[in-house]
Amino acid sequence: MIIRILGEGQFLLDDSHLDRINAIDNQIVGHVSRENKAEFARDLAKLISTVKELASPLDPSQIVPSDIIIPPSDLSFEEARQVFCGDGLIKG
Amino acid sequence: MGFLDRMSTVVQAKMNKIMDRIEDPRETLDLSYEKQLTLLQNVKRGVAEVTTSKKRLELQKAKLQMNTDKLDSQAKEALLAGREDLARKALENKAALQAQASTLDQQIADLSDQQQKLIAAESRLASKVEAFRTRKETIKAQYSAAEAQVKVTESVTGISEEMADVGMAVSRAEEKTENMKARSAALDELLETGTLTDYSGGNDLDQEIAKAKAKSSVEDMLAKMKEEMKK
Repeated sequence: MIIRILGEGQFLLDDSHLDRINAIDNQIVGHVSRENKAEFARDLAKLISTVKELASPLDPSQIVPSDIIIPPSDLSFEEARQVFCGDGLIKG
Repeated sequence: MGFLDRMSTVVQAKMNKIMDRIEDPRETLDLSYEKQLTLLQNVKRGVAEVTTSKKRLELQKAKLQMNTDKLDSQAKEALLAGREDLARKALENKAALQAQASTLDQQIADLSDQQQKLIAAESRLASKVEAFRTRKETIKAQYSAAEAQVKVTESVTGISEEMADVGMAVSRAEEKTENMKARSAALDELLETGTLTDYSGGNDLDQEIAKAKAKSSVEDMLAKMKEEMKK
């Protein structure tokens, strides 16, 4: 499975780790809906470090679409809320 | 729907804007390649902008440091002149400047991080653009328009995702440097007009210390005179 961390490129992750990624993803959904800013920042950092720890960087000359896209590490809580509202991350 | 699914939707929307649907798939390849080269230039510009902003903040930091050192020696002079009140004032101002300096340090570190990420993004994009160029020529040489469709879609989708990513990274970096520019301009103004030093009393401080020194040397001279007259 190919994962992209926005701003940091693509990584190759074994499918067996998908559950862990999904679990953190679900927690992040909860934090955003409950406005838990601190926990949101903590789990976003955890998500990114987990992927980096378990996955290996993809050769940058490979041109393939990703299966999962992870937001950049400096995504603010406000931006995360916008992602949920469907307003997008960056204007334009 | 998970957070990451929504993130994909955001990126997909960006990709749709990047990708053009053209009848002849081979033309699509050329057009995408042109856009890739433009984006590569944008990233380079982004790196240059972040680098300039970082330098600017570093200069500002140096200036702040100079002011801090000045206040420190003013405090010493004030103490020597027996004006503890002035020394205290100078040290209070020094503490205020030091607080500004640590904010600047944080901003410089942020920009440094931003700079490294963009440089890495530029290098990844350059590798992909080069790979795309080779693949594009192969597809154009070996396949008819109809046959090429699948290969083209695959390549263009893959590279468009990279382009969406890099495009967003550049926008975010620009937004950050813009914000910092505004804040650093405000700080510059404070340092230039002396508002910061005034608020901290720097200029008045100079005068008061000079007065105190003059006063103490007058006292010294008086004392000396008195001594001499006793003889």
